Amino acid sequence: MADVQFRFRADEPVADPAVTVDAFGAQSNAVAVRLEPGDEARDLLPHLARLRLIEVNFPAFTDGRGYSYARILREAGYTGELRAVGDIGIDQLSPLRRCGFDAIAPEHELNAEDAHAALARWPHAYQATGDGHAPIWALRHGVKA
Amino acid sequence: MKIVTANDLRSGAVVWWDGQGWSLHVDAAVDAGDTADAVIATEQAAQRVVSAYVVDAARDGAEVRPTHIKERVRALGPTCRLDLSLKPADPAAGNWVI
Amino acid sequence: MYLYDKYDQAMVDARVAEFRDQTRRRLEGHLSEEAFRPLRLQNGLYLQLHAYMLRVAIPYGTLSGAQMRLLGDIADKYDRGYGHFTTRQNIQYNWIKLEETPDILADLAKVEMHAIQTSGNCIRNISSDQYAGAAADELIDPRPYAELLRQWSSFHPEFLTLPRKFKICVIASETDRAAMRLHDIGIRIVRNSAGEIGAAFYVGGGMGRTPMIAPLIREFVPLDQLITYSEACLRVYNSHGRRDNKYKARIKILVHEMGAAEYTRQVEAEFAHLLTQGIEPPLAELERISAHFIDPAFVAGAPEIDLSNPAFAKWVAANTAQHKHPGYAIVNISLKPLPSDGKQGIPGDATADQIRVMADLARDHSFDECRVTHAQNIVLPHVQRADLFAVWQKLVAADLATPNLDEITDIIACPGLDYCSLANARSIPVAQKITARFAETGAALGELKLKISGCINACGHHHAGHIGILGVDRKGTENYQLLLGGSEGADVSLGQITGPGFDEDGIVGAIERATEVYTAHKQGGERFLDTYRRIGMSPFKEAIYG
Repeated sequence: MADVQFRFRADEPVADPAVTVDAFGAQSNAVAVRLEPGDEARDLLPHLARLRLIEVNFPAFTDGRGYSYARILREAGYTGELRAVGDIGIDQLSPLRRCGFDAIAPEHELNAEDAHAALARWPHAYQATGDGHAPIWALRHGVKA
Repeated sequence: MKIVTANDLRSGAVVWWDGQGWSLHVDAAVDAGDTADAVIATEQAAQRVVSAYVVDAARDGAEVRPTHIKERVRALGPTCRLDLSLKPADPAAGNWVI
Repeated sequence: MYLYDKYDQAMVDARVAEFRDQTRRRLEGHLSEEAFRPLRLQNGLYLQLHAYMLRVAIPYGTLSGAQMRLLGDIADKYDRGYGHFTTRQNIQYNWIKLEETPDILADLAKVEMHAIQTSGNCIRNISSDQYAGAAADELIDPRPYAELLRQWSSFHPEFLTLPRKFKICVIASETDRAAMRLHDIGIRIVRNSAGEIGAAFYVGGGMGRTPMIAPLIREFVPLDQLITYSEACLRVYNSHGRRDNKYKARIKILVHEMGAAEYTRQVEAEFAHLLTQGIEPPLAELERISAHFIDPAFVAGAPEIDLSNPAFAKWVAANTAQHKHPGYAIVNISLKPLPSDGKQGIPGDATADQIRVMADLARDHSFDECRVTHAQNIVLPHVQRADLFAVWQKLVAADLATPNLDEITDIIACPGLDYCSLANARSIPVAQKITARFAETGAALGELKLKISGCINACGHHHAGHIGILGVDRKGTENYQLLLGGSEGADVSLGQITGPGFDEDGIVGAIERATEVYTAHKQGGERFLDTYRRIGMSPFKEAIYG
């Protein structure tokens, strides 16, 4: 299991292992679950209150389903740790953050300097993705996104 | 014979493995045989070329003729713009492709 | 046309810096080709049969004179003196170096251009009607909506790794000049019975290996819900589109396999949810964008022109279209020249000098605007009728005055095996042979849209040709299949294959026989397509295969 290389939360990391969605359904005391591509993120919605860690696996960085899962979970009000794991490179960091991930555990450690540059790359965003940044259209018209 | 073609990473130019390096000209291509995979791995890892692959070809005297029309077009250049090909002065160059 | 504000410019500049850094990391060996490939694709850089090819975005096919001029300068400075205009209203350069690409993108950014998302599994260039803002039959200019969608789709973090490419088209007239129904999402701006303007969404069209016509998913989406509805459509696709097989990964397959009703149900559910999330820009944003697309300062002028020069008259009849303002005309510049002095043209190609001529014509005679069409031609949208003769003379001097719009010699052809590593057969030599055969007789055949693809990926849109040609590899030799009866317009249909394929000379002969059947059977003012639809395949098949 790869380490969390980047974490953008102040609270204590969750030590519990993330169980599969199926196992999670059977374990009423599990607080950490892992979504695989093809799972239904909305299956977790009834359980958000007890979840403290949701991992989303990216077995191949080209499979972008996890980005939708992240947004669905944040849109539903999930405020716990949302961790991207798997085949993650420098160039996935920015979109992962914008979709609501606040912890990244890439299977191969990333160059910290390149990561920092990638995360600082974009001055703005065109879309409202719930990441707290006002999209360009909000800045243009002085509205709250 | 089995020859190896690739694109130069920086320039994108089509190149052919000549046994020691990469040539722009298919006639310089050697029969890479069993070494093809190793050549491809080494040369790609060294950031010299990209998209390398093995091509069937036949030697005809000084010429090397890829078996498939796609690689013959690749070797020459666009048949509709021979002025941009490797044989701009040869109006019959397109016939070699067919 | 749309002009960047400081935010748009900042985004494009950041993109240039990002790609420069990605290229550096690639060349230094920190980024594998496998990891780099999607990144360079999303900046339009393909590795093709002979070299890197760069596809520059021309958003909804509109560009200014200065932008067109730079495209010509790029051809000289970084390429081999020419560019190729594509069936998605973009331009391609065939001889690009990776190490120079960041500089090219920096040059483009200076004139508010880019190559963002012109390839890769993401939302691509949004196409539109080449007569937008000039046509008499449009409800409203569709381009503000295309621009709104362009910004929404640019760097959208959720949709950068879709199962496959995604192509959107926006039109605003019943006449479909942009093949709207053959897109992943086709949008027609409409007015409902209450007089409100909104959008009809068609989802799941496309050409390629399995051509499909997009079904209507939603008859009316209000203008202040366009982005939210689009997002719902994309999220369902990103979540459920097939990722197991590259050739089954487009949204058309998802809609087809799920059924349009189920796809619609899922989109509507997602849409209802997303409406609570505040992702829609305010209407003020659409109004801000629309302000860039108001009519230019048309001047009154006499519509009558002197047609005593027969060559000029022929060109006016063939290549100009009615403008909404009586003193103006829409001018089509054909990039499909007829052979002359033993020289053959290449469909959609223009030299750097020709590109600059067109740039100057846009600046001097069309309120500094020109368009690229999906038929690989150029449009000057607002030319004063009094200026037509002068414009024509300049076009003649630049070999840009071929009077063959929508005729059989106005061929749409993909680059084919001469350029493309995906191709099975060459398409350009076939296009040239057909053009030569019909150089004298083509005009008399009237509207006849002929389209050639060099492989099953259908970049030449052959399924949508009145006559379509598909190049295939038949045991190592090039072979061509003939299709009849496709149409890209509002009367959209997919072509039917006639029978066994032909070699290069055979396909030209087969087409000639097909046109003879048309000439023999046509009634009244029927087009080739109309006659085919009326009499069916049999007479053509008999004549072609004897």
